Amino acid sequence: MHAHRDTQAAFRNGLKTGAVPPGVTAVGDVARRFSVYRNTVAHSLTDALCQRFPTVLRLVGDAFFKATAGVFVADNPPRSAILHDYGAAFPEFLSGFPPAATLPYLPDIARIEVLRGQAYHAADALPMTAQSVSDAFAAGPEERGLTLHPSVRVITSDHPVVAIWAMNQPGARPRPVTPEPQAALIFRLGENIPVVSITADTARIVTRLLAGERLGTACSDVPPQIASVAIELLIQHELIIQVTQT
Amino acid sequence: MTQLPETTGIGFKRTHFDALRQTPNRLGFIEVHAENYMGDGGPPHAQLTALREEYALSVHGVGLSIGGAEPLDREHLNRLKQLCNRYAPDSFSEHLAWSSHGGAFLNDLLPLPYDATTLTVVCDHIDQVQDTLGRRMLLENPSTYVTFETSTLAETDFLTQITARTGCGLLLDINNVFVSCTNHRTDPRAYLADFPLHAVGEIHLGGHDAEDLPSGPLLIDAHGSPVADPVWTLYAETIMRIGPRATLIEWDTDVPALSVLLDEADRADAILEGARHARAS
Repeated sequence: MHAHRDTQAAFRNGLKTGAVPPGVTAVGDVARRFSVYRNTVAHSLTDALCQRFPTVLRLVGDAFFKATAGVFVADNPPRSAILHDYGAAFPEFLSGFPPAATLPYLPDIARIEVLRGQAYHAADALPMTAQSVSDAFAAGPEERGLTLHPSVRVITSDHPVVAIWAMNQPGARPRPVTPEPQAALIFRLGENIPVVSITADTARIVTRLLAGERLGTACSDVPPQIASVAIELLIQHELIIQVTQT
Repeated sequence: MTQLPETTGIGFKRTHFDALRQTPNRLGFIEVHAENYMGDGGPPHAQLTALREEYALSVHGVGLSIGGAEPLDREHLNRLKQLCNRYAPDSFSEHLAWSSHGGAFLNDLLPLPYDATTLTVVCDHIDQVQDTLGRRMLLENPSTYVTFETSTLAETDFLTQITARTGCGLLLDINNVFVSCTNHRTDPRAYLADFPLHAVGEIHLGGHDAEDLPSGPLLIDAHGSPVADPVWTLYAETIMRIGPRATLIEWDTDVPALSVLLDEADRADAILEGARHARAS
């Protein structure tokens, strides 16, 4: 058993360094044949990141992305076999990756892609209709809880990341971008994961609702009309799945 | 015990969903990679739920690391159990390989030495999988590029002993047989003659890449091209010997139009049909 552990530890080390592990053999050219494993591990994980971060890939180009992903993969292998979860730490990695420092918005673009992936695989839940939300609001006292669809995510950024993300989607065209903070609501709509621009106030309210705060608390620091805009947006996109009364 | 129908299937790719729904049902089953359906919800599950109503289903795991020296990941095993409970597949299969080490998932099917120690490790893991899932599993023979000096058993002996000890079935990947035997300069027919064919519950056919090295050919199990002619020949010989078996066309990279996969499945189907006629006459 210990021998088997040692064999695998040596094999794993060889995948990192390229050195052929002791006891590994082949009919001629063992280094080249062993390298098939090394290449598959590196390429398959880099490829998983290409699929998860297509907008980052488009912004930095194929060569830069693959070089960057290669550094990330070497130090941050997946912790589970569910590859659609892989890369959650990639945005943070980009923040501290000096060659990417000239694109300060890049980590937040990567965060949008992480959140879109989460939204895509989030649990299913039936939304309430606008009418049933309205009925629930009419029926009870002021202090309510809103349960949002499991796919709902919010991103806030110091950079115009919603505009940059949108213009880098297939078929979109570049257009002038105003340097300004932006926020977005991300959720699942059938097969699609829209990234909808929202105000900072709406972002704050939705974030507080997602954290489990009651509606009144979540909206306590904004005027009622601002709160209404946020609630209307959630109703319009059918993102409320339950209204609880207390 | 459920089993796949003795017909042809394809590895389902999500880009083929609409085309598959519009195609008259020519396939006996579809196969999916378990790890692609371990999210909580969304389109992947919606598609698989719809397809499950029309097709027999094979769930094929690629991340359990059955050949690993470390204990199986219980969380992963439980996710497999949930998936099998949800879709009640006709078959569950995994690989004679390892893919995790020290908490890292390496996303490749890595080789192991074949000896008494690793035999016990693999059998214990298969027992654990079969106990947890409450079903018999199929174990797939790997494609390999290297061997280990410490191996004391041939791969076919290793697999024979595994089936005897655990009662599991085997998934015979004939492309893997051809790839490994070519890489190790051994005879694929001799391999198949030694293989415990009685335990085969499914056959995989896929394409490989080839490189000519000064030391001889290097075949790589790439699943990005049609099944090669020598693999078709070995497949036909095997089917004539053992009779029809569930046969899957695998194509995982540079995935072409659905029609290309269906044509490959038709070719396998003709061989299965030939074997049925030969047996009937």
